This record gives sequence, structure tokens and C-alpha cells, in this order.
Amino acid sequence: MNLLLTLAVVFGILVLVRIANVAQMAAELSGETDEEEEEKANKWNSLGFLLFMVIGLPLMVYCAIKWRPLMLPVAASEHGVGVDKLMDINWWVLIITFFITSILLFWFAYKYRYNKNRRSYYFHDNMKLEMIWTVVPTIVLSGLIVTGLIEWNNITDIAKTNQGMKVQIYAKQFDFTARYAGKDNNLGSSFFRNITDTNPLGVDSSDASAADDKFSSELVMPVGEEIELVINSRDVIHSVYLPHFRAQMNAVPGMTTRFHFKPTITTTKMKEITGNPKFEYILLCNKICGVAHYNMKMPVRVLEKDEFTKWLREQKRVFTRESLNAAAGADSTKAVVDSTVVSAK
Amino acid sequence: MEVNQHNEVSAHHDDHSHHGHDDHHEHEESNNFFAKYVFTTDHKMISKQFLITAIVMAFLAMAMSMIFRLQLAWPDVKFPFLEDVLGRWAKDGKLDPGFYLALVTIHGTIMVFFVLTGGLSGTFANLLIPLQVGARDMASGFLNALSFWFFFVSTLVMCSSLFIEAGPASAGWTIYPPLSALPQAIGGSGLGMTLWLVSMALFIASSLLGGINYVTTVLNLRTKGMNMTKLPLTVWALFITAILGVLSFPVLLAAALLLIFDRSFGTSFFLSDIFIDGAPLDYAGGSPILFQHLFWFLGHPEVYIVLLPALGLASEVISVNSRKPIFGYKAMIGSMLVIAFLSFIVWGHHMFITGMNPFLGSVFVFTTLLVAIPSAVKVFNYLTTLWKGNIQFTPQMMFAMGLVSTFITGGLTGIILGDSTLDINVHDTYFVVAHFHIVMGSSAIFGMFAGVYHWFPRMYGRMMNRKLGYAHFWLTLLGVYGVFFPMHFLGLGGVPRRYYANTGYEAFNAFVDINVIITIFAIIAGFAQLIFAFNFFYSMFRGKKSVQNPWKANTLEWTAPVEHLHGNWPGELPTVHRWPYDYSKPGAPEDFIPQTVPYSETPESNTPDDHKH
Repeated sequence: MNLLLTLAVVFGILVLVRIANVAQMAAELSGETDEEEEEKANKWNSLGFLLFMVIGLPLMVYCAIKWRPLMLPVAASEHGVGVDKLMDINWWVLIITFFITSILLFWFAYKYRYNKNRRSYYFHDNMKLEMIWTVVPTIVLSGLIVTGLIEWNNITDIAKTNQGMKVQIYAKQFDFTARYAGKDNNLGSSFFRNITDTNPLGVDSSDASAADDKFSSELVMPVGEEIELVINSRDVIHSVYLPHFRAQMNAVPGMTTRFHFKPTITTTKMKEITGNPKFEYILLCNKICGVAHYNMKMPVRVLEKDEFTKWLREQKRVFTRESLNAAAGADSTKAVVDSTVVSAK
Repeated sequence: MEVNQHNEVSAHHDDHSHHGHDDHHEHEESNNFFAKYVFTTDHKMISKQFLITAIVMAFLAMAMSMIFRLQLAWPDVKFPFLEDVLGRWAKDGKLDPGFYLALVTIHGTIMVFFVLTGGLSGTFANLLIPLQVGARDMASGFLNALSFWFFFVSTLVMCSSLFIEAGPASAGWTIYPPLSALPQAIGGSGLGMTLWLVSMALFIASSLLGGINYVTTVLNLRTKGMNMTKLPLTVWALFITAILGVLSFPVLLAAALLLIFDRSFGTSFFLSDIFIDGAPLDYAGGSPILFQHLFWFLGHPEVYIVLLPALGLASEVISVNSRKPIFGYKAMIGSMLVIAFLSFIVWGHHMFITGMNPFLGSVFVFTTLLVAIPSAVKVFNYLTTLWKGNIQFTPQMMFAMGLVSTFITGGLTGIILGDSTLDINVHDTYFVVAHFHIVMGSSAIFGMFAGVYHWFPRMYGRMMNRKLGYAHFWLTLLGVYGVFFPMHFLGLGGVPRRYYANTGYEAFNAFVDINVIITIFAIIAGFAQLIFAFNFFYSMFRGKKSVQNPWKANTLEWTAPVEHLHGNWPGELPTVHRWPYDYSKPGAPEDFIPQTVPYSETPESNTPDDHKH
């Protein structure tokens, strides 16, 4: 099999060499001069560029229209609406620039193809023109920079830190765990050396504010409420990516990162908006983190406030009375890995 | 003035020594394989060594991309031939998810460093700097040869990592720790990662040896009359690139070194608070973000190290083939200098969502979007050069046109990624993959192809086949847009990059068809490169013999004889009298006036503005 393949490849190369030889000989015999050949090449290739533009640009527009329904639906968060608006402004600027410059490029290719009876225009400097295309992009970009930064400052406003309902997103190879801060809206402190198989987040059991903390393997949020994601990782860098909410923040071992946002559309409502009864929000890992990176995700739901309160009441506390006792008794035992961890080996 | 005098002295000295030993050189070059091909210090031969190594590496990296494209288009299909090639990494024809990441990692590393940095700069800086500034060779032929051999060994080390048991590095070409630091986290972070780091250290040494040589040669060995403002834009681009490399690569070496310490000697530069494989690790106080700062401090200038030489080659090719001076010569140099400067203060735009201080993010948004201004100037200058030109569509011109097109398309989407607000949702998605493959990958490789087709006669004394060149160009252009244009939509749909399969996601099922389309175009583009390889190696031996100045160009390399000789010019070094872009000058009998023609010989075309060049 392999021998056959090798032979086929060798044979193929020999045939190509032969064809090229024959073609070269034929070209020499036909008496076609280099000049004629070049003239033909100029004609066909300049036409090629024109065709590439005439077919290519409309095809791009067609793709954009056809694939529009595959794109993300409306932003499901307050700031996301602003992000989308900014994105639209940027797209219009880019599309207009793209069309102008591409049309000029391919049109010039066709219009100014070689003609031996013509000479190029000896033109190599023009202060006015150069000023125009330095100043105009500067003005347009200043506009984009300013609108972008206003939105960015709004999203990352430090004043908002510690406001909103705190939810810890704890990442490890290859899953996420959510921890709700409970009534006191204070997450009990955690430390990686506290990690055991019953305490996979390493929460400090002596911290009083941890007493009402709750675990969940899905991220559930009340609609219309400010949420503060407090993000940690225990092994490598992961990324908490919530595409429908236009939210993303890396989870970095050794430090805490945050992302602040307000969900505005419940899952039920989004099913209606998208017309897809199977629609679900999702949290994806978006930083290469190991072999099962592509399977690292967490279901996300946005509920009405009363539904959320009911849901939260049903969730398990981080520490039950028994686990607290066990922790007190087993302080010296070595931590045991959570059996669900998929080993990279 | 001082420099020029010194130059002349050394040139005369060179003249003397070469003439005295001409016979000896002939003898050596024709009979001794090792002296001619291996231990050569001749810049022309070293340039070919770089080029051929890069071509081989490019095919390896391309083959890798074919394998992972098959996986992405048909995640449920088994390809039994993969097991023949990859063995246990593709049991029963199903690609292993870990090896998928390894392929992505090594594909990126080879393409960015070995093909578009070593291959592009190594080939053309070596070939063109001495020939276009009018020097007998590089400032140091020995360092130059050393630069190639470091490069060659580094490619060997990288390739050797493909054959080890735990597999090659697989933490992505950006090798972010802790993933790249902990073998417990991924198999490739064991010996594979060690080899990656060793290979990169060798590569950096090669790059520095080359870069110092390029800078020195441009500054000190210009021939008589060759002011900095008479240099072709190719030399300017390669010169600026070399400076960027010399300033930024040491930082990558520092990052790599600290990573080696963390991996092997228990330091904690990049690691802290880690619990993995059932046990807490003893690292404390390090920061993974520090590595990213160091990596991107090289990583972003690196983008321009890749792109600037391609832009320089394209400037020359576009001017020659439009039979028209490049528009805004000084603006072109200025914009390259501005891009080079800005490239050092934009690295943070790769890190908007790492938890970096948002205010710092704002600063990087500002500096990043500024890059669009000199880039726009360059595009408009290219367009104006074409305007009212008399365009010869040689294969190299086709690729230069392709470069302008991809530079526009890919450059524009950079404005979205450089805006921190918009980056939140497209960061690390296929939008990024589409963006940099068009603007950095395709533009740079188009520039490289333009360079190869244009200077092939200068390298091998023969012409490449034109018709095969056209077939290569059209299929490649089609392939590039067919592969990377649809990827923008995947990214806007929220599909993350570096996913082995999207089958676990209900929402991504709709993208299956697009992935199939992408893979089909990738295969077309891959096929086109085989045409190139055939054309390249066939023409090397059987191509039509080239005349001395086949493209009727002005620059000095075409005043040297077709036959290569050590020292480039048989007699005295040429003297330069004018800038390199006197094409279609009104009054001149021909549509080009080489740089060596003095104004006293062209009274019919002289103008009062001439002294400005």
C-alpha cells in the first residue's frame, strides 16, 4: 500500500516534469514570442482581477446575509446592547472602507494593465493627497477610539465592584463550579491548600461568611439583577466565556478576576426571540487548557427573580454540619482528588 | 560622509583580496561540496539555504493544517490513512484530541517563526541587502553562516519533538503557563515543551546573529552615493525589521528562560496557588500574566517582523511592474518607522480580558488603533502607485496585488480586535484566527511569493514558469479567501478556537457546513502550493536561462552578472547616482533608469526636482 503510494507520487512527479518539458518545447516551436505571451497574460490576468471583484464582493455580501441567522442573537445583558451597537458602527466604517479600497485596487488592475503604446504617469509625491489620507483616517479612528473607550469604561467601572450579587466561577480541568454567596452576599475565603474531595473549591470552613455559601454545577441568574462574577482557577488558565451576554474574562490561577454585568432576558424569553424551543445559554471555556478543552462548559439559565429565589433555596450548602465535623477531624489527611477530574495523562 | 569614506576603503580592500584569489575561489566552488553548500559564508548561498529550509518547513506545517482541517470538517468520520501517517496519534483513523492541540501548536510555531520570520527575513535580507546596497557581502560572513546553522538546528530540534513518546508541545504557539509548565496538565508539556524551548532559544540566537549583521551591513557597507534616502524600500523594510528583532527577541528569550527555570528548577516566576492531579504544588507568588506581558512584548513586534519585509518586497515589485515610481517614498519609510515604534507599545491588546487593569487596557486601545493610520497611508500609497501605471502582470505582481488585498481585508478586522469593548466577545474565537491568518499569514506569504518569483532569476540564473505561477496565484487567492473569510462568521457566532470538535454544542451544529467549505478550500490552496514547489524545483534546473535584468528594474542587484561570484561584482562596486524609482520618467528613452546612471548622462529627462531624491 505504502509502496504503491510512493510509486504513484514518484510517477506523478515524472509525468509533471515531462509535461512541463513538452509544453516548453511546444511554446518554442509555435513561435509565440515572449512579448505575445506577456500581452496575453496581462490581458487575462487583469480581467481575472476584475472578475474576482465583480463576483467576489457580491458573494461576500450574499454570505453575510445568508449566515446572519447563524450569528449570536440579541445581547442578553445590559452592557451587551451597547457592545452590539458599537460593533455595528465599526462594521459600517469597515465595510465602506473595504469596498472603496478593494474596488479601487481591482479596478486599477484592470484599467491600467500594460499597453506598450502607453507610459506610466511619473507621479511620486503629492503633499495634499498624503495629508488627506493621513488626516481622514485619524479623524475616523479618533471617533472609534472615543466611542469604544466610553463603552469600555462603562463595562469595567471600578465603582461597580462589590455591587451586585456575587457568584464565584471556579474553573479546573475540565469543568466549572458556581458558588453563590448567600444572604450576606459575601463569599467565604478559599485557598488551594484546603482542597479535598468534599471541598473541591478549598473554601475555608472557619470563615463565618462561608456558612451560607452554596454550590451549583450550573450558572443560574435572576433577570434584571446586577451580577458580579468572581473568577478563579485552580490549575491552568481558563476563560469564562458567555457569548450571549457579550461577557468574557480569564480564570487565572493565583489571582481573582471579575466581570460585572446584568442579564436582561430570561431563557424562556430567549426561546421566543430566537424561535428555537431548544435554545439554552452556555458558558464555554475559551482558553486552551488541556486535552478536553473542547468539552469544558457549563449550562447557564436566566430565571425570573422569584423562580431564582426558589431555585437557590434548593441548592446544597458548601458545608453541611457533617462535612464541617469531618473537616475538623481530618485536617491532617492529605487532600484527595475529586474523582471526576479527567486526568490529562 | 565619514561612513562613505570608510566604505570605499573597505570596498577597495575587498576588491583587492578577491581579485588576487579569483582562481582559487573558482576551484573551491566547483569541486568542494562542503565549502560550496555547507560552510559557505556567501550571502547568496545562505539566502538559498534559508529559503529551501523554510519551504520544507512550510510544507510540513501545511500538511499539519490539512490534518486538523479534516478533523474540523468531518469530526465523526474516520480516515484510516491518518493511522498510517501518525500511528497511535490517530488510532483507527481518528485523530487524538491531544495530538490535535499539538498539531495546532507546531503548525503555528513553524509558520510564525521558521517560515515567516526565519524564512522571509533570512532569505531576502541575505539576498537583497548586500546586492541592493552595493556590498560584496554581509558585514560578517561568518556570523551570517552561524545564523543559518543555528536556524537549521532549531528546526531539527523542533521536528525531533514530533517523534517523542509524550508528543510535541501542545499548549498553543503562545505557550502560556501554567499549561506549558506542568506535564500533569497536558502531555505535550513534558519533554515536548523542553524541546520547543530549546529550539526557540536556538532560533532567537539565529535571529539575533542575522539581525545584527543586517543592521550593520545597511549602515556601514552602502556603496558610493547610496544615501539612506536612495535605498530601495525593500532594504528599508528589512533594516527596520532587523532592528525590531534585535530589540524584541531577547525579551522572548528571557520569558523562555524563566519558564525553563519554573519547569525544571522549581522557581515560581509564572506559577502560584496550583492544585493539580490531586495535590497542591509548592509554587507561590508567581504570575501567569507576567509571562503574557513578556511573550507579547516580543509577540506583537513579531507581527511586524513578519509583515514589514513582505510590504517592502511588495513595494519594490509593485513599482517595477507598474513601471511607475512608488508613490510617497518618504511617507512609506515614515509609516514603516511609525508602525515599528507603535509595535512596541501595543502588546496589551492581546490581554484585554486577562484581568489586566482596565485603565491599562484603555491605553492599549489607543495605541493599537493608531497603528491603523500608517497602515492606511501605506494602502493608499500602493493604490496611487497603481493609478495611471502601466501594469505588467508577472506572477510576482499578482502576488503583490494579493498582498494589498489581504492587507486591507485583514487589517480592517484588526480595528475590531484592537477595541477592548468589542474584543470581549470575539477574543480567542475564530474571528481572531481569520484576522491574523489574512493579515499576517496570507499577506506575508504573498509577499514572500512575490519575492521568490521576482528574485528567482537573481538566485538561480533561471526564470520560473509563468503559467504555473498564474495557476499558483489564482488557486492560492481563492483558497485564502475561501478558508479565512467564512471563519469570521464562526467567530461572530461565538465558536472558540482550538476546539477539537464542536459536536458537543447544539448551537454550533449550524456551523458544520461552513467548516466543510473551509476545508475544501484549504485542500485547493494546499494543492496550489504543490504547483509552486514543482515550479520552483523544476525551474531551478530546467527553467529558461535568465538575462541580467529580466524585469527592467533600477536597483543594483540587476547590475551584477547573472553568474554568482563571490563578491557580487567582478570589477569595482557600482556607484549610485539616483533613487531607485525612476520608472517612466518623462523624456527618458526607456521606461527605466538604473540607479547607476548619472544625471550627466540623462539631460533629456532631468528635472529641477531631482536633487530631492
